[in-house]
Amino acid sequence: MSVETEEQARPASRSEAVAALEKDWGERPSLRSWFSTVDHKRIGRRYMVTAGIFFILAGTDAMILRTQLARPNATVLSPEAYDQLFTMHGTAMIFLFSTPMFFGFGNFLVPLMIGARDMAFPRLNAFGYWVFAFAGTVMFSSQLVGRAPDGGWFGYVPLTDTPYSSGINLDVYSLGLLFLGVSTTAGAINFIVTVVKMRAPGMSLNRVPLFVWAIVGTSFMVIFALPALNVANAMLFLDRRFGAHFFDPAHGGNTLLWQHLFWIFGHPDVYIIVMPALGIVSAVLPAFCRRGVVAYPLMVLAIVTISIISFGVWVHHMFATGLPQLSYSFFSAASTLITIPSGIQIFAWLFTMLRGRIVVRTPFLFVVGFIVTFVLGGFTGVMFAITAFDQQVTDSYFVVAHFHYVLFGGAVFPMIAGIYYWLPKFTGKMYAEKLSRWAFWLVFIGFNTTFMPMHVSGLLGMPRRIYTYPGDLGWDLWNLISTIGAYVLAVGLLLVLIGVLQAIRRGRLAPDDPWGGDTLEWATTSPPRPYNFVTVPTVHSVHPMWDERTTAALATDPPLPDHQAMATSELDGREEGAIEMPEASLLPLVSALGILVVVLGLLWGWYWFAGAGALLIFGTVARWMWPPERTPEEAGVAS
Amino acid sequence: MRHSHPRQRLWRLSIVLSVLLLAGCARHRQSTLHASGAGAQRIEGLWWLLFWISMAVFAEVMLILGWALWRRRRATATIKGGDAIGAITVLGVAVPFVILVAAYGLGLRDLNALAAPREKPDVTVEVIGHQWWWEIHYPDRAGAVTANEMHIPVGQPVKVRLRTADVQHSFWVPQLMPKTDLIAGKVNETWLQTDRAGTYRAQCAEYCGKQHAFMALMVVAEPRPAFDAWVAATAQPATGTLTTAQQRGRQIFEQSSCASCHTIRGTSAVGEVGPDLTTIGSRWSIGAGAAPNDAGHLGGWIVNSQTIKPGNAMPPQPVAAQDLPDLLSYLQSLK
Repeated sequence: MSVETEEQARPASRSEAVAALEKDWGERPSLRSWFSTVDHKRIGRRYMVTAGIFFILAGTDAMILRTQLARPNATVLSPEAYDQLFTMHGTAMIFLFSTPMFFGFGNFLVPLMIGARDMAFPRLNAFGYWVFAFAGTVMFSSQLVGRAPDGGWFGYVPLTDTPYSSGINLDVYSLGLLFLGVSTTAGAINFIVTVVKMRAPGMSLNRVPLFVWAIVGTSFMVIFALPALNVANAMLFLDRRFGAHFFDPAHGGNTLLWQHLFWIFGHPDVYIIVMPALGIVSAVLPAFCRRGVVAYPLMVLAIVTISIISFGVWVHHMFATGLPQLSYSFFSAASTLITIPSGIQIFAWLFTMLRGRIVVRTPFLFVVGFIVTFVLGGFTGVMFAITAFDQQVTDSYFVVAHFHYVLFGGAVFPMIAGIYYWLPKFTGKMYAEKLSRWAFWLVFIGFNTTFMPMHVSGLLGMPRRIYTYPGDLGWDLWNLISTIGAYVLAVGLLLVLIGVLQAIRRGRLAPDDPWGGDTLEWATTSPPRPYNFVTVPTVHSVHPMWDERTTAALATDPPLPDHQAMATSELDGREEGAIEMPEASLLPLVSALGILVVVLGLLWGWYWFAGAGALLIFGTVARWMWPPERTPEEAGVAS
Repeated sequence: MRHSHPRQRLWRLSIVLSVLLLAGCARHRQSTLHASGAGAQRIEGLWWLLFWISMAVFAEVMLILGWALWRRRRATATIKGGDAIGAITVLGVAVPFVILVAAYGLGLRDLNALAAPREKPDVTVEVIGHQWWWEIHYPDRAGAVTANEMHIPVGQPVKVRLRTADVQHSFWVPQLMPKTDLIAGKVNETWLQTDRAGTYRAQCAEYCGKQHAFMALMVVAEPRPAFDAWVAATAQPATGTLTTAQQRGRQIFEQSSCASCHTIRGTSAVGEVGPDLTTIGSRWSIGAGAAPNDAGHLGGWIVNSQTIKPGNAMPPQPVAAQDLPDLLSYLQSLK
C-alpha cells in the first residue's frame, strides 16, 4: 500500500475523524449495552463500585465486632455470629475488596497510562468483572442466611474440615474463593498482555509509569500464587464433600499441608494487595511535588524484587507450628530482607518530596498519612520476621495491629488518595477540598486510635479471634479506645463516600488535566471518550505529559481510525501495527453465569445442575472462540 | 557512679512505659511485658530493643518528612534531575541492611535460646488440647491427670509435650514462654522455666472454634516440695471420707449421665469424653476460664452449661433439684 492511498483512506479533517471514532466506539445507552459493554473504563468503574460496596459490608461487620469487644463479657453477638463476622470481615476485605478495588484502578488506568484504547482482551475483562461480582454476591449472601464461613480467613484445617465444621459455611468459602480465583487470574493475564503488547509507541520498558509496573508485578504474583490457594480449596472441598483425606492425619493426610499451600499464596497476597497501592503513591506524588519520583530504576528494581522474594517468606506465618529451626532461620532471613525494597520506595518518596515543590491537596495528605502508618507497620513487620519474637506475639492482637497498619495504612490510604486524585478522570467532576480534608483527619486519627492500642492489648496477652474476654486482665481500656477509634474512622470513611457522591451529583466539572499530571491519562478528556485517544500518543520519556514532544504530537499526529488499537514490541515499544478490537458482547456475562450455575450446583449438591452449568460454559466459550468469518483476503490465504 | 549509663536509662524508661501500659490493675496477668519465665524474659528484652530501634528509625523518617513539608516552596514549573540515587542507596539500603542483619542476628540468638533449656528437664507435662479445654498429664506419675491447670516446680525446666485431640490449638503462657502450636497428627514440644512462684494465666492462641475465647489454662509455679506434693495428691484416686450428703452426691454422679463422660478415679465413673474430675474441687475455674469455681456457678454449669459457655460439648443435665446440693457438695470435696 502506498503512502498516497493511505492518506486518502483517512478522513479529511480531525473533527471528521473524531466523529467516526465516536460512531465506531460509542455504546448507545441501553439495557443491553449495560450488560454487554467491554469498555475498560466502564468495567473499571464497576469493579471499584462493587468492591466499594463489599468494603462497606465488611466494614459494617468490623463495626459490629468492635461494638462487641468494647466491654468485657459483652453479649452483643453470639459466638457463632462473632465467628462468621470476623471470618467474613477478613475474607471480604482481602479477596472481595482490596484486590478487586485495585483491579478496578488498574482496569481504568492502565490502558490510559500506556496510551492504549482498551485492555488486550476486552471481553475477558468483562468476564472477569461478572465472575467477581457473582462470587462476591454468593459469599455475602451466605451471611444473610447465617451460614457464612466461620473458620477465619485462612481457614485452618482440621477446624474447617469434617467433622469439626458441618453445614454449608466452609463450602461457601472454598467454592467462593475458587470462583473468584477465575476472575483474578483472568484479570492478571489481561494486565500482563496489555502492558507487554499495547504500550504507546516509544514507551520502552524504562518509560513505563511506576503504577503500571506495580500492576504488572502484582499480576505476575497473582499468576504464580493463586494456584496454591486454588489447589488447597479444591482439596478442602473434596475432603468435606466426598471424604477425600488430604488433610486428615488419621488417613495419611497432613494438616500442615493446608497451611503451606495457603501461605504460599497468602504471603505474596499481602504484596498483591499492597503493591498496587505503592504504585498509586508513585503516581500521585509527582503531581503534588512537581517532579517525577526520584530513582526510577531503583523503584522498578524494588517492585521486581518484592515480586520475587515474596514467594520465599511464607513460613513466617508458621513460626509456631514446630517446624525445624533451620527452616525458620532461612525464612526469617528472607522475611527480614524483604523490607529493604519497601524501604527503598519509602526513601525515594521522601526524597521526591525533599527535592520537589510540594502542593498540599487531599491526595497528598493521604500519601503522607500512608507513609506514617505504613512505616509503623513495616517496623512490626520486621519484628514478625524475627522468629523468636513472632512466636510470642503471633495470633495476638499485636498481629491484628500490625496487619491493619500494613493493609489499611499501606493499601487503603493510597487507595483514597487515588480516588480523590483520579476522581476527575473517573467521573468528570472535582471533589470538594474542605470536606475531603475533614475526611482525611478523621480517617487518620480514627485509624491510629483504633489500631495503635491493639499493639498494647496484644502485648498484654490478648489473643485474636476471641468473641469476648474477662474483665480482670487489663485489656478493657485498650479495647474501649479501639472501639471509639473505630467509630471515628467510620465517620471519616463516610465523609469520603459523601464527598465522592457529592462530587458526582453536583461537583465542579473537571478540566482534562486538573493537577498537571505527568502520565498519559491526563491527555484524555475527563472522563475519557470510549476510544480514549484520538491519536495514539508517542512517548519520549517517563513523564510524557511533561514532555513537549508528546503533547505537541498529540495535537498534530494523524488519528488512528476505526475500531483499532496499536500493538507494539515488548521491550522497546516499537510500533508493530494496528489490531482490530472486539465489539461489545453478551458472551462474557453468559459464561460467567455458567460458572455461577456450576458453583451453586456444587454448593447445594445438585450435581446435575452443575453439569448443566458446565454445558452452558462449554457452549458459550465455543461460540466466543469460534473464528470470525473472513474473506480469503482478510485471512491472508488468497493468492 | 552518679550518671547512669544510657542503656540503663533506656531500660528504666522501658519499665516506666510498661507500667503505663498496665493501666487498670489486672487481677490475673497474661502479659508479655511482665515476663517471669526464662523464655518470655528474653523476648521481653528483645521487644524493647526492637521498639527503641523502631522509634529511632521512625524519628529519622519523620524528620525527613517534616523537613520536606516545612521548607516547601511555591509550586512553579516541574523540576528535573536530582535523582538522589546515592542518598537512597545509603538510607534505604545500606543503613537498613546493617540494622536488619543485627536484628536478625539477635533473633537467631534468641531462637536458639528458646530451642531448649540450659539444663535437661526432669519433669515432663503432657498437654492435650480439646475443644475447648486442656487435658494435663504427668506421665512420670501414673494417674496424675487434671484439666485446665498445670503445676510446675520453680527453678527447674519443665518439658511440655503438646498434642491435640481434635483441631489445632496453640499453647501460650505469655509470662513464661512464646507459643507452640498443637497440631493434629504431630507431637510438638516446648519447655517452661521460672524462678518466681505464682500463677500465670495462659490461653489458647490459635482459633479453634466457638469457644476459643474460653480455653484458658492456669500455670501454677511452686517450690519443688509443694509441686511434688501436688502431683502426688493429684495422682491419688478420690478416696477421702465423705459425709452422708457427699456419699449421696457420689451415687448420683455414678448413676447419672455424668459418669458416661467424666472420670473420677476411685469410683465407677470412667467416662473419657470430658475432663477428669478427680480434683475438680481444687481447680481455679470451671469450663477452662468460663466461670469461677464456686457452688453457684458449678450448679449452673451442671444444669445448663450452654448458658455459660455456648457450644461446649456438655449437654444440659436433668438433675433433680433436691439432688443438686448433694452432688455439688460431693464435687467440691474432690481436691
